[in-house]
Amino acid sequence: MNLNLTLIGQSLTFFLFAWFCMKFIWPFIKNAMRERQETIAQGLAAGEEAERKLAEAESGAEEERATAKAEAAQIIEQARQRAGQMIEDARAEAREEGERLVEAARSEIDQEVNRAREALRAQVAALAVSGAEKVLGETIDASRHSQMLERLAAEL
Amino acid sequence: MASGETQTSVEYIRHHLTNLTYGQHPDGTWGFAHSAEEAQAMGFWSIHVDSMGWSIGLGLIFLYLFRRAAKRATAGVPGGLQNFVEIIVDFIDDTTQSIFNHKNDLVAPLALTIFVWVFLMNLMDLVPVDWIPMLSASLGVHYMKIVPTTDPNITMSMALSVFGLILYYSVARKGLIGFLAELSLHPFPSKLAIPINFVLEMVTLIAKPLSLGLRLFGNLYAGEMIFVLIALMFTGGIVFALAGGVFQWVWAAFHLIVITLQAFVFAVLTVVYLAQAHDTEEH
Repeated sequence: MNLNLTLIGQSLTFFLFAWFCMKFIWPFIKNAMRERQETIAQGLAAGEEAERKLAEAESGAEEERATAKAEAAQIIEQARQRAGQMIEDARAEAREEGERLVEAARSEIDQEVNRAREALRAQVAALAVSGAEKVLGETIDASRHSQMLERLAAEL
Repeated sequence: MASGETQTSVEYIRHHLTNLTYGQHPDGTWGFAHSAEEAQAMGFWSIHVDSMGWSIGLGLIFLYLFRRAAKRATAGVPGGLQNFVEIIVDFIDDTTQSIFNHKNDLVAPLALTIFVWVFLMNLMDLVPVDWIPMLSASLGVHYMKIVPTTDPNITMSMALSVFGLILYYSVARKGLIGFLAELSLHPFPSKLAIPINFVLEMVTLIAKPLSLGLRLFGNLYAGEMIFVLIALMFTGGIVFALAGGVFQWVWAAFHLIVITLQAFVFAVLTVVYLAQAHDTEEH
């Protein structure tokens, strides 16, 4: 157990190795570790952010869907009302039209009746005159008796 | 047993505790020492080739592996090697940051180097004690100590290197005057007590590298010694050999904890001492 030059040789080696480690090993490994740490931290943060956004989007979508549903219901309701209204309108119109037609027919019938009555009246007057002529055996002056005849016709 | 049936137990143990030493023989020629006595005679200007070789080789394995991971380090999905390296780096970084809270780019890599390198050197202790010495003996090299941390030269030189860093950072952070003041004004804050303080603080200061280096050396040397003694049991008949086999496993399992712990302790104490060197506030 004698101390000798090995002491100095090992010291030089020691410093050389420590220096090499400090210069060419340590910083590289530490850098890689630090970078990975940052990457992982960023990845985790990004994951969290994405999750948050997804939840946000989901709740947004839910809202949107609810709104759409409500809107659709409203539109259907409106359409239904509109359809009812239209049917109602059509029905009313049809009824009106029918009434109008009935009215027109009725007035026409009235006119026809009147016209027939007039014609009948004229024919009755002429018949009465010719009957009277035959009875009296002479011609009745139409113009003299027309007034009386008209009164007679009106009485019919 | 290593070589030769004539070898006694004492010789066997001595053989296992002798480094492969290269230096100048007393007669002036250069070469390897052929015995512990010859190595002793070479004095300071000789070198333990096995300790240095294994130490540098293991250090290079550490640097190669970590450099490979460092070069390929990506912030993306890490591969197996990168994962492994990152676990160690992260562990050392956490430990360093919990002890050392000054700005210094050297301390954490230094702790990493110490931890992994010392661990690898200690790990050689788990290689059965005869394998590599027998292999090298068959190649003509008769001494081969493969655990560099059982060589006090290795542990003390690392401890002294750390001590050098302690002195450097103490002076760099506090100034020479500040450092001397710290050494002489504690623990008794009185002008009269300056010599006593200085002696006490000097002892504290010198104790740092001594305890650092000798702790590692002592633990590993003792561990190695027990492995050698267990290996001796293999020659004592079937009962001893079986018991030796069991002891070998038990001690190796226990030693696995020791070598990791010692590597960690060396690294952490280095950081602690350097943190103290950086601390400028009174304490």
